Amino acid sequence: MKVTYPAMGNTGIAIKALLKGLKLEVVPPPPITRNTIALGVKYAPEFACMPLKINVGNFIEALDRGADTIVMAGGWGPCRFGYYAQVEREILRDLGYDFKMVILEAPDFKLSELFSQLRALAENVSFIEAVRAVKFAWHKLRTVEIVERKREYFLPRVKDKEEAEKLYTRCLEALDRANNKEEVDKAWPEYMAELERLERHDEEILKIGLLGEIYTVLEPASNYNIVSHLGRLNVEVTRNIYASSWVNDHLLGGMLLKSDHKHIIKCAYPYLKYWVGGHGQESVGSAVDFARKGYDGVIQIGPLTCMPEIVAQSILHEVKAREGIPCMTLYFDEHAADAGIATRLEAFVDMLKRQKQRERKMVKERII
Amino acid sequence: MKKVGIPQGLFYYYYYPLWEAFFRFLGLVVVRSSPTNKKIVDDGVTLAVDEACFPIKVYYGHVNELKGKGVDYIFLPRLVSIEPKSYICPKFMGLPDMIRAGIKDLPEVIDITVDLSRGDKGWQKELARLGKILNVNYRQIKKAYNYALEEYFSYRMIARQGYTRDEAIKVWQGEEISLPLDTPLHIGVLGHGYSLYDDFISMSVIKKLRGMGVKVYLSEHLPTEGIEKEASTLPKRVFWTLGRKMVGSALYMDKSPDIDGIIYVACFGCGPDSLIGEVIERKVKKPFMLLTLDEHTGEGGIITRLEAFCDMLARRKKRDEGYLPCYG
Repeated sequence: MKVTYPAMGNTGIAIKALLKGLKLEVVPPPPITRNTIALGVKYAPEFACMPLKINVGNFIEALDRGADTIVMAGGWGPCRFGYYAQVEREILRDLGYDFKMVILEAPDFKLSELFSQLRALAENVSFIEAVRAVKFAWHKLRTVEIVERKREYFLPRVKDKEEAEKLYTRCLEALDRANNKEEVDKAWPEYMAELERLERHDEEILKIGLLGEIYTVLEPASNYNIVSHLGRLNVEVTRNIYASSWVNDHLLGGMLLKSDHKHIIKCAYPYLKYWVGGHGQESVGSAVDFARKGYDGVIQIGPLTCMPEIVAQSILHEVKAREGIPCMTLYFDEHAADAGIATRLEAFVDMLKRQKQRERKMVKERII
Repeated sequence: MKKVGIPQGLFYYYYYPLWEAFFRFLGLVVVRSSPTNKKIVDDGVTLAVDEACFPIKVYYGHVNELKGKGVDYIFLPRLVSIEPKSYICPKFMGLPDMIRAGIKDLPEVIDITVDLSRGDKGWQKELARLGKILNVNYRQIKKAYNYALEEYFSYRMIARQGYTRDEAIKVWQGEEISLPLDTPLHIGVLGHGYSLYDDFISMSVIKKLRGMGVKVYLSEHLPTEGIEKEASTLPKRVFWTLGRKMVGSALYMDKSPDIDGIIYVACFGCGPDSLIGEVIERKVKKPFMLLTLDEHTGEGGIITRLEAFCDMLARRKKRDEGYLPCYG
């Protein structure tokens, strides 16, 4: 059995570790390229959202490389994601691929059910080995996120952005190669120490909150690497979604990590009183939260036609007015172009900078 | 007497008789917004975000019109779920909040939440809350609700006879509309009721087809059990109520011998449609056409496509009837 899975940013490093720990032969999806997206666009429904198209592209490329089993997550709505696996299976079957699809889902998505589904996938693994695999994957995921946060902090502050990005990529590669906990713990500190030693500039650093749909936030190929774009504009980005916090909140009921999920929902309540599927309510709540924490601006991202994000976007106007934080929404699909995205980001950042200078000037005048 | 405004959009076509009877029983006057027109659409397109689907934009326009009609309340229910374990669509779940953020200075909003996904309990509570908003005691509310349900069922019986839902509402109100006569060509038309029965959004697809001598079958005209049975043949239950009905109807129509072809009317940007349309297209073997509509759709283009589809079906039928293999 050769197993593949959908790519979703750096979570792939942890998923790979998990499947390997379950003694499965893994065929990771090749890095997302234009060709991946073109394949997805060609075979997926025209008006489906972007993650489905990328999934389809991933699966085709992985199946062509010899994978025969696909592990995919499911759900029970109202977001479209819950029906992804069904449509993807139909598309791939009609294309003539022969494969098995394992969909991890349960009427109520509980950890115990997830465990039993994973066990079913890995028949010749003892319970203890399965637990060990899950633990190791979790450790890798947490480590990857430490590295991601460091990059989000240092990239805007250093002079040599190229070098910083290079160190970040190399560090992730090293983490991906690590086979046990000790190797993981040894792999990343030296890269990050080097990152910290890079020469800094003394220009102004802006802080922007990045929020929106989980796939688009986590997968750089689906957001035109927005974190890197903004980092090069001397903007420190804070995401509202990290994969580990999603696992913690939605699969473990907040067991492992301190969660601010309740706080975010409370922030959203005056604006959006109901759960709307996906991360709609979280997006509104996080925007309010970022505003109150004194961020300079908020950028909402999602795939075009994403239903929960459209609800959030309709309400962000109100948040913008009442909390006084500039918000911009960017939707991505296969037609978005790098230069267009860069222009819009630059314009937004320039506006924030000017506004900050104006405010500072006003304060100065008041003091005089 | 106090006035309640009901926008003529979205679930109006499914539940207007229920809502109207309910408020009438409680002694309120129901004011509807006008049927969708150019101005409503233009206002809606301006007020809503660009990425929203067309019916949602139109709904903004309807609410905006009602605002100017001097009503005391405006009825914007939050329709989360109308049956166990199914949803309508995320946009419906956030609708009252979206409208509040988009349109300022609204009259008092009646935004009761309809969520039957986990049973009846929450619904009873919401009815009680509705009583508080309207200042009516709970017993009156219950009575009004039971009366409204009866009216609603009689409306559903009318819709089943072969009318479209907007015609059925008119018949329920006492208008006389004759059923269209049987014609040789039979086409099943699917779509979300709020786009299909709104003459402006759908560009009167159904009327146009009837004008071309087609008998139109709608999912309301099919037996409910048959639809559910077909829908349950999918490997995974569809968790959108309307989506499931459409898949079931499409498969049912595909099997029933007196339907010649199927037209699916979708709205640009509709999330469930994008996947359900795909599933249907892959399963259905009969001639199938997908019409995607939005505010930029031109009427000429729609007519051309409908005519071409009908011509194709008619030719096919003629060929099938006249074609007798020589070996008997």
